[in-house]
Amino acid sequence: MATATAEKPPAAADAVPSFTVTLIIRRFDPEVDEEPRWQDFDVELYGTDRVLDALHKIKWEQDGSLTFRRSCAHGICGSDAMRINGRNRLACKTLIKDLDITKPIYVEAIKGLPLEKDLVVDMEPFFESFREVQPFLQANSTPGNGKERVQSVADRARFDDTTKCILCAACTSSCPVFWTDGQYFGPAAIVNAHRFIFDSRDDQAKVRLDILNDKEGVWRCRTTFNCSEACPRGIQVTQAIAEVKSAIMRGKP
Amino acid sequence: MTTTEIAAPRSPRTRGNGTNWEKWGWLYMRVSGVVLVVLIFGHLFVNLWQGTGVSAINFAFVAGKWADPFWKWWDVTMLWLALIHGGNGMRTIVNDYARGRTTRGILKIAILAAVALLIILGTLVVFTFDPCLGNPSSDALIQMCAAK
Repeated sequence: MATATAEKPPAAADAVPSFTVTLIIRRFDPEVDEEPRWQDFDVELYGTDRVLDALHKIKWEQDGSLTFRRSCAHGICGSDAMRINGRNRLACKTLIKDLDITKPIYVEAIKGLPLEKDLVVDMEPFFESFREVQPFLQANSTPGNGKERVQSVADRARFDDTTKCILCAACTSSCPVFWTDGQYFGPAAIVNAHRFIFDSRDDQAKVRLDILNDKEGVWRCRTTFNCSEACPRGIQVTQAIAEVKSAIMRGKP
Repeated sequence: MTTTEIAAPRSPRTRGNGTNWEKWGWLYMRVSGVVLVVLIFGHLFVNLWQGTGVSAINFAFVAGKWADPFWKWWDVTMLWLALIHGGNGMRTIVNDYARGRTTRGILKIAILAAVALLIILGTLVVFTFDPCLGNPSSDALIQMCAAK
């Protein structure tokens, strides 16, 4: 690689150093494997590459059977949440230069959800909790003819943080209460309930608060802040959950 | 080709019915926590710091404290709040970590029994305490018991 670079005429792009990075990926093929196994790959990467680029290189050049989800590859669709070096992140937002490449990079599927293949998990239990909090606008009022429901800047700012959720499940699958055999809603569902509970245009906050005032609702939150740390969008998840808790105490948002 | 199914790490959700005690449990932990900070640090200050400090503690010191209804109620409140606080915390941990209905049930009953036993015993001791039982160890105590 280094000699190939030297033979070419000097160009700015060639000056970017590349290095070999070892990725250890937790593989599971349900048709072959009895249980998941760790497999390592050496990939040539640039510091500007992301973990997703590394996975692409492996899939395209080394082992086509490597399975993972990704759609937009730019941190918006929320498909490629995975556990990288023991922390939940989006593969498309984790730069190689931010990781310690003197050691191998460990990549595995997110925890707490049924493993389907390699880095792909069954997201159904996650979306089930999401659906259960009624994450859609339910307004009793009708807007004026041809008009929208008017909302002040302050009212909009009240729930701005929780509108950023991309449903990647990084928070929920980092939650130790979600990992146990309980049926906790998980931080993502509460975040999305928060988005409508504190929306001045919505009138069904009470219903959602009742749903979350369940044995498996917000009270199972242990305030460990794993979710806030895992969120790739920087949502203050633990704070949102705390706000829902106090809203339940007040009986209104 | 056969496929290996890895069991789902979660069990299906069941909605509870009736009163939701989790909310009140959560609130109790906060309220009792704040009260306990005052009670426990007050207790530590009086017992270990005030006057001659820790060397003052003996049977007579406790007997003197419990002659005053104020300290009786202080200690009983502390006993109830702290034991229920601790028991509820243990229950939460069991709910989070114990696998299987039976294990969880046994552990929770054990916690409940321990908390109930300690509360009953403690309350009984505080309110039925008689300083003249056994050998009165200080002069003040001997005089007081003799006067009875």
